[in-house]
Parts: sequence; C-alpha cells; structure tokens
Amino acid sequence: MIRYAWLIPLFPLAGVLINGLLGSRVRDKAGHVASLMAGLSLLVVLGIAREMILGPGGSHVVPVWTWITAGSLSVSVSFLVDPLSTIMLLVVAGVGFVIHVYSIGYMHGDPGYPRFFTYLNLFMLSMLLLVMADNYLLMFVGWEGVGLCSYLLIGFWYEKQSASDAGKKAFIVNRIGDAGFLLGLFLIWTLTGSLSYAEVFKAAPQLAAPAATAIGLLLFIGAMGKSAQIPLYVWLPDAMEGPTPVSALIHAATMVTAGVYMVARTSPVYVQGPGALEVIALVGALTAIFSASIGLVQNDIKRVMAYSTVSQLGFMFMAMGVGAFASGIFHLMTHAFFKGLLFLGAGSVIHALHHAPAAQQQDMRYMGGLRSKMPVTYWCLVAAALALAGVPPFAGFWSKDEILAGAFFSGHYVVWGLGTAAALMTAFYVFRMIFMTFHGEMRVDHHAREHIRESPAVMTVPLVILAVLSVVGGVLPGFPPDAGWIHKFLAPSLAKAPGHAALDEGVRVVKAAAQAGAQGGGHGTAGIALIVLAIAVALGGIALAWRMYLRDTAAPARLERRFPGLYRLLLNKYYVDEIYQACIVEPIYRLMRALFDFDQKVVDGAVNGSSFLTVWFSRISGIFDLRTVDGAVNGTAGVIGFFSQLFKFIQSGMVQNYLFVMLLGVFLMVSAYLFR
Amino acid sequence: MVPLTHYLALGAILFLIGAAGVLMRRNAIMILLSIELMLNSVNITFVGFARQWADLTGQVFAIFVIAVAACEAAVGLAILISLNRDRQMMNVDEINLLKW
Repeated sequence: MIRYAWLIPLFPLAGVLINGLLGSRVRDKAGHVASLMAGLSLLVVLGIAREMILGPGGSHVVPVWTWITAGSLSVSVSFLVDPLSTIMLLVVAGVGFVIHVYSIGYMHGDPGYPRFFTYLNLFMLSMLLLVMADNYLLMFVGWEGVGLCSYLLIGFWYEKQSASDAGKKAFIVNRIGDAGFLLGLFLIWTLTGSLSYAEVFKAAPQLAAPAATAIGLLLFIGAMGKSAQIPLYVWLPDAMEGPTPVSALIHAATMVTAGVYMVARTSPVYVQGPGALEVIALVGALTAIFSASIGLVQNDIKRVMAYSTVSQLGFMFMAMGVGAFASGIFHLMTHAFFKGLLFLGAGSVIHALHHAPAAQQQDMRYMGGLRSKMPVTYWCLVAAALALAGVPPFAGFWSKDEILAGAFFSGHYVVWGLGTAAALMTAFYVFRMIFMTFHGEMRVDHHAREHIRESPAVMTVPLVILAVLSVVGGVLPGFPPDAGWIHKFLAPSLAKAPGHAALDEGVRVVKAAAQAGAQGGGHGTAGIALIVLAIAVALGGIALAWRMYLRDTAAPARLERRFPGLYRLLLNKYYVDEIYQACIVEPIYRLMRALFDFDQKVVDGAVNGSSFLTVWFSRISGIFDLRTVDGAVNGTAGVIGFFSQLFKFIQSGMVQNYLFVMLLGVFLMVSAYLFR
Repeated sequence: MVPLTHYLALGAILFLIGAAGVLMRRNAIMILLSIELMLNSVNITFVGFARQWADLTGQVFAIFVIAVAACEAAVGLAILISLNRDRQMMNVDEINLLKW
C-alpha cells in the first residue's frame, strides 16, 4: 500500500481539474466531486496508516520522478512515508474530508460553489504535498501552494472589500516569512549540499552550532509567517473574513500547523543549534499568552477562535522549543480535532443566524440562549471547549499539559509560567464564548429569531465525528503521558533534544504520578502537583467565566469601568495593526511616493530625453538613407534598365536570326582557329 | 577510285546550299528540307572518310544520322502541321512568339 502513496495527492488534483475546468457543468455536484476525491485520498491514507501502525513502521521513500538536475543539485519529486508524515496525513486527510462534507451544506447556494471546492481541493493537494515531500524544495512547493489557496479562500467573497484586503494581508505577511524560509533553504544547501531530508539529516551532526542556529532561525521565520507567531501573526485574525469551513480547515487544523510540522521535521538540525530552540520556545510562549489575552475581550465569535488558534500554535512552538517534539505534534493533532470542531460549530451558529443583520451574525453580544434551538451544535461545542480548556479526559488535557510538563522539567520555568497563565485565559475565553452564545437570555434580532434551527445532517454529522475525536483523540493515543502510543510511534522520526536527559527524568516522574493517580493512590511528587495545577487552572478559568457571564452579568461591565485602559488595549489587540501601519506600511508608502516622483521626473525625463535624441538622429539618418543609399540602389537599377533597353532588340524571336548569328560565330571561330 | 577531296567538296557544297536554305528560305517546309540536305552532306563526308581510312565506324554513323534525320523530319513536320492548323502560319518570319 505504501508504494501507492503517490495516489494521495493525485485524487485532489483530479478534483481540481474536474471542478476547475468543468465548473459550469458540474455546478451543484461540485461539492460531491470534491468530497469524493478527499474521501478517496483518505482511504489511501487509512490504508497506509494501517500498514505503518500495525506493521514495522520505518521510513519509506516513494520516488515518482526526478524534477531538477543542475550541477550538484538534484531534486526529485518523491514522497516520504514515515511516522511523522503518517500522523500529519491522517490529520490533513481526515479533518479535510470531514470539512469537505460540511462545506456541502455550508456553501449550498453560493454563486461561487464550484470555485470554492476547486480551491478546497487545490488546498488539499498542496497540503498533502507539503507533508509528504521528502525534500525541502518539494515541501516549499506545497508551502507556497497552501499560501496561495489561503489567499484565494480568504478572499473568496472578493466583492467584499474587507475580505479581499484580508486576503492580500495574509499573502503579504506570509511573503515575509517565506523569504526567511527560502534563505534557510539556501543555507541548508550551501552547508550540506543537498535538500533531501535523508541527506541533510545525515550531514546535520557535523553542522557547527552557529550554522545550525542560523538555519533554524531562518526556517523559523518561515514558520512564524505560516503558523502566525509573533510578530507575523496579524494576518490570521483577519483571515476570518473567509468562509467558516476555510477557517476551520486552513486557519485552524492544517495549514497553520505547517510551521510546527516543519520544525518537527527539521528537528535533527534544530538540536544542533539550541539557540534557535530557545528563541522558538520564548516566541511560542509569548504568542500563547499575548493572543490569549486578546481573545479574552473579543466579541466576534470567529475572532475569539482566531486568537485562540494563534495562542494554541504558540503552545505547539513552545513544545518544539523545549524539545518535546512528540508532544507538539500530539497537540497539533488534538488541536486539529477540537479547533476544527469549534470553527465548524461557530459556522453552524452563523449559518443559523443568516437572517440577522450582517453586523450581528458573528457578534456574540447579539446571540445567547441558542442551546435549546441547536442542541447538537451546543453539545459538540461544549466537548470542544472542554478539550481546549484542558479538562481531563478530553483531548486537549493530554497534549497541552504534556507540553507544560515538558517545559517545566526541561528547566524552562518562564516558558512554563507563561504557558500556564495562557492556559487559564484559554479556559476562560472559550467558556465565555460558550456562555455568551448558548446560555442566558436570547439577544438575537427579533426578525431572525424564528429562522434559527439546527443545521442539516450534512453539517452536524461532521460536528459529531470531530466531537468524538475531541473526547477520545487525546487519551487513546496519548496515555500514559509521554509514553503513550503516539510517542513511541513518532520517536523514529524525531530527534532528541539536548536537554532530553532531564526531560526523560521528568517524564518518568509524571508517568509514575499519572499511574499512581489512575490507581487512586496519591504520592506528593512534582508531577502530581503539575497535573493538579493544570486541572485547577482549567476549572478555575471555566468557573471565572461562569461567574462573570452567567451569575453576575454586570461583572464584565464593572471590570471594564475599573480598568478602562487595559480593556481598550486588549479590545484593540494591543494596537499591533496600528503600530505596523505606522511603523512599516506608512514609511513604505512614503518611500513609494518618493520613488514614484523620482520615477516621474528623473527616470521618465531621461527616457523622454533619449527618445527625443533618437528621433532627431533618426531624421538625419533617414535623409542619408533616402539620398545616398536609395540613390545608389536606384542608380544601379537605372543603369541596368538602360542597357536592357539597348540589348533587348537582340531577342527578335526569329529563329533564323539566331541561327545566322550562331553560324557567323562558328565561322569566325573556325577562321580564327585556322588562320591564327 | 574517287579521291577523298571530291567527297569533301560535294559535302561542303551541299552543306552550304543547305545552310543558305535554312537561313534564307521563309517557308518552314523548305527549311526542313534544307536541314535534310545539311544532314546528308554530313553523311557524304562520313562515308568519304570511312572509305579513305577503311574504318566502318563512319558508315555506321551515317546509318545513325539517317535514322535521326527520319525522326527529326517526323517531329518537325508534326510541329509544322499543328502550327498550321492552329494559326494558319507557314512563314517563319511571322513565327516570332519568343520575342522580347
């Protein structure tokens, strides 16, 4: 089955061609075609995963063709199937398929229906290339492909100014990161002479620490753009202008995790340059708490999710930074389940409210009390929220607390502290979202009220699937902590971090504590304390949200009055967009205007001057041409014509004349011969 | 025994008569006849030399020339007949279609 891995990206490609070229013919069937293709891909993925999980695993390269050969550079299109890419394939194909099905319901009746599914399949194709590539250049192809699809899908409703602006913003911010990524690739090639994973990782142990750190940092710049880390995270909240399934698929579950995947994939290089890992850990932790704090006060349901995604991505990078690569990938997987579910649930709510005024459809201040109207959506979202908050035994608990434990036991206490604070905020904002949307009194516009009903099955079934995964997706592969199935499975693909001895020690402690906890016996160890603290943090956040938004609904307003400055700072997202506008965009505009003036006056002046000179020179050479050159040509023709007029009378047409002349000639020649 | 000079003289006289006919006669048929005369004057010269040097090649060549002359006469007459039918022309001064 593994040798058929090339089929996985082929199916979405077929979907792109069918929907893209025959969009007007397939029309309402576009969603079914695209979902079928995503489903066929998923089937192949499941077959491969079955072989990888039940079989001996290992790392398999499936060559397809040699792409570029130039000098010592040789890049092939070949696919790598190993534990890491298997997990990624499962997440991408699985969540992707579920969201394709959901989109059939969500996008129903949209004028751009076939276009939407073309883009969605194109995204699947690119993302699968990204995770299956066996070299950095092919990964870069997928990397850019998903960036393009992200741009196309954010700006899907391009008639809306804000949507097309958001698409451009995402594209441009990603360009900045991609420049770093590309520089990283150049450096890898210069230092190791190859771009294929196998050879780069073989050469990695010989890399000097500064070189490995430089590579790591450059690649991380790329990851910052794609995975929305400080300072390049600004595009992700705006990306919520796209249709909700897009937010769920691209901007929560798959594309934004590409950076995490890339760092995990490159872990053999990263462990050679610990400096880069420290930077990643710190950036991740700062991003986590920074965007979680913004999420506390946002009122747009999708924006809350967006900041939550940025924050959770921060957690994943935190894991990468402290060397807990497997935990990061584990969190990537569980996050794909519950965050995809949160987005799809939000989409379901927005879908139900589509009769409300446009400005109120996504605003949680105009929701409330939807629980009885949309029970399936409600319970699914509660499961996702519990998973995100980190309440055991839901998925998020296992992965997130593993990351925090990893940070603690590898000695990154600052990172651990920031992460724990972010976890508290996470529990708070997600339940604030649940309470504001589903509980309390209904604040929906009266006109829209009677139109609220549960979404159709094509939308709720994906919700339920993801809800089940959000419940069991953490405990089944991840128990016991740091020694669960997923850790053993992923171990061959990931390098061991330098501080791993300490980490291993900590892991053993946590494991013992967890087992002790499971057996009901209590031993006062650091591990148990951490777990208790984590649970307390999660429950504390939920309780706080309950107190402020259900029991004492005046509390938020009171706090707002007491800390007006802080509230405004958070509501306006720390004014980061404004700062970027003032510090980067405006100077660039000014530079552009100066360059424009320079262009108008100096460059155009030079161009016009030279054209003026050219015209005059042309005139002179034109006169020379007419008089001298043409004169010579015409003169030659005239001379030839003159002589032709003279000699044409020889051609009388009378054979006897010719014959006479000929005989005369013979006579003369013979005479000359005889009498010489 | 007739000496060689007699043959050559007869051949030269006949050739000159033929050449003069070709150049001066205006009737196309007469021109053809004059050409026959020239060919046969050459035959006489061939035969004369063959006899002089006791070499049969000249005799054989005369036979060839007679055969070629027959062909030439046939083709030439055919051209003249079709020309006459087509344009009612027999005078070569009028046949100057290849003029400038």
